[in-house]
Amino acid sequence: MYPRKFSYVAPSRVEEVLRLLKRYGDEAKLLAGGHSLLPMMKLRIIGPRVVIDLKNLRERLSYIRDGARAVRIGALTTHAEIELSDMLRREIPLLPETARLIGDMQVRNMGTVGGSITHADPSADWPVAMLALNATFTVQGARKRLVPASKFFKGPFTTALKPTELLMEITIPKPPKGHGWSWQKFERKAGDFATVNVAVIAIPDGKSRVKDVSIAVGSVNPVPYRATGAEKMLRGKRPDAELLKSTAEAAAEPAEPTSDLRGSAEYKKWLTKVMVRRALEEALSRAGIPVEVVQHA
Amino acid sequence: MPRRRTQRPRPAAEPAQDMVSVRVRINGVEYSHVVEPRLLLVNYIRDVVGLTGTHVGCDTSHCGACTVLVKGLWGDGWMAVKSCTLLAAQVDGKEILTIEGLAKNGELHPLQRAFWENHGLQCGFCTPGMIMAALGLLLRNPNPTREEIKWGISGNLCRCTGYVNIIKSIEDAAKEMREKGVTI
Ligand SMILES: Cc1cc2nc3c(=O)[nH]c(=O)nc-3n(C[C@H](O)[C@H](O)[C@H](O)COP(=O)(O)OP(=O)(O)OC[C@H]3O[C@@H](n4cnc5c(N)ncnc54)[C@H](O)[C@@H]3O)c2cc1C
Ligand code: FES
Ligand code: FES
Repeated sequence: MYPRKFSYVAPSRVEEVLRLLKRYGDEAKLLAGGHSLLPMMKLRIIGPRVVIDLKNLRERLSYIRDGARAVRIGALTTHAEIELSDMLRREIPLLPETARLIGDMQVRNMGTVGGSITHADPSADWPVAMLALNATFTVQGARKRLVPASKFFKGPFTTALKPTELLMEITIPKPPKGHGWSWQKFERKAGDFATVNVAVIAIPDGKSRVKDVSIAVGSVNPVPYRATGAEKMLRGKRPDAELLKSTAEAAAEPAEPTSDLRGSAEYKKWLTKVMVRRALEEALSRAGIPVEVVQHA
Repeated sequence: MPRRRTQRPRPAAEPAQDMVSVRVRINGVEYSHVVEPRLLLVNYIRDVVGLTGTHVGCDTSHCGACTVLVKGLWGDGWMAVKSCTLLAAQVDGKEILTIEGLAKNGELHPLQRAFWENHGLQCGFCTPGMIMAALGLLLRNPNPTREEIKWGISGNLCRCTGYVNIIKSIEDAAKEMREKGVTI
């Protein structure tokens, strides 16, 4: 299968990329790892006239930098680089775990975190993790702007990025040491996109209570969402199994999945509850917050 | 008034090219061609260079039959990639290793030998990709657990063997490679 004919350019400076985007407009597509773009071009779902390959920007835009309060990741950093980062495993373990479960080894060697975020597949994994972690995206066009993850995803395959802009960097505030986390991805088979994916970050207050919690849910709506109502139910609480159950129910409330190959709408809605509950249990246990067990008849 | 010829702005040269030159080293041999940018790496390797050991199975980045190693995509190590989902232009200037490059002086690579001895293949269609993926895994993790092996080859499908002997083959090869200090 061949993509439609296109012409090709591989600039080595950000300024050049921006100039090319302006010049070609809608006719051009940026190529990062190509693991979303090329399959679509081969299936002739899209047929850009020009492909702007970002490979010569890797030196500039591929890095994982540890800071006092935040970690910064260049847009062209591959899934595998994040998976294999010892620093991230220490500081923000949710990130390498999210990476580890994306596609397969070969896909992770090519695909980039920036490509996944800008592609904005409703079932993609990075958008969910970034939403839970309150990440901010640095975007460069005529000027530079910062877009929080919560304002970035607009619809399936649609983001706040303008056609003349480049995603440069992702800034992730470090959750405090001792935080609990969980990445729950339900897939039909190894390497598949998620049926439901859930990220949870739980911060303990040191007295067996939840100081703060974030719950992000993906794959069931056009864009991933934060279950803010459910988060509120847990804040300041010493959770028991009953509370986790009702929190998970509240978290699944906004889900309006559609039936497809991965399951019926009812099934996915049910699955959302189950995955949120599992994520909460795991994150709370990692945060050292005991969950009192309530016996059911 | 003398008429002055107004200077029309010259159209800037088209920066994007319809043909691109690709220079790569495959299994130690240099190749250089001018190709269409839409040429996929797997078709470059098979149809332009003529090395047909790398297979096309699904052509949709799922089966792994087209797996080859590319050096220096990031960092300076070898990396397993699915060559049906890469443009030849993306690897211009890089070194590539395909199944044909594994045997040295008529002697099979430990992975090839282990697949042979453990009956790690039946029809053999998936084998080149399976071996290249296994090599990509072992270069990164020379002593993987059985779970890590399964995870490492999860992007490679085999319709014949049921995988058991493939995993055994990779375990055997890993051991030999560690003992003899063999990499590629
Ligand atoms: C077999 C297979 C399995 C997969 N499984 C999963 C999975 O389980 N979970 C998951 O989340 N994903 C999965 N993916 C998708 C994979 O993660 C892709 O790598 C990712 O979605 C896109 O990243 P890329 O670097 O390949 O981007 P490309 O394909 O190169 O680009 C994707 C889009 O983003 C744009 N773009 C890329 N970078 C930038 C930038 N810096 N600024 C502006 N625009 C940009 C491009 O123009 C294009 O429109 C899978 C893919 C395959 C082939
Ligand atoms: S041919 Fe199946 S993954 Fe490339
Ligand atoms: S041996 Fe036939 S597909 Fe694997």
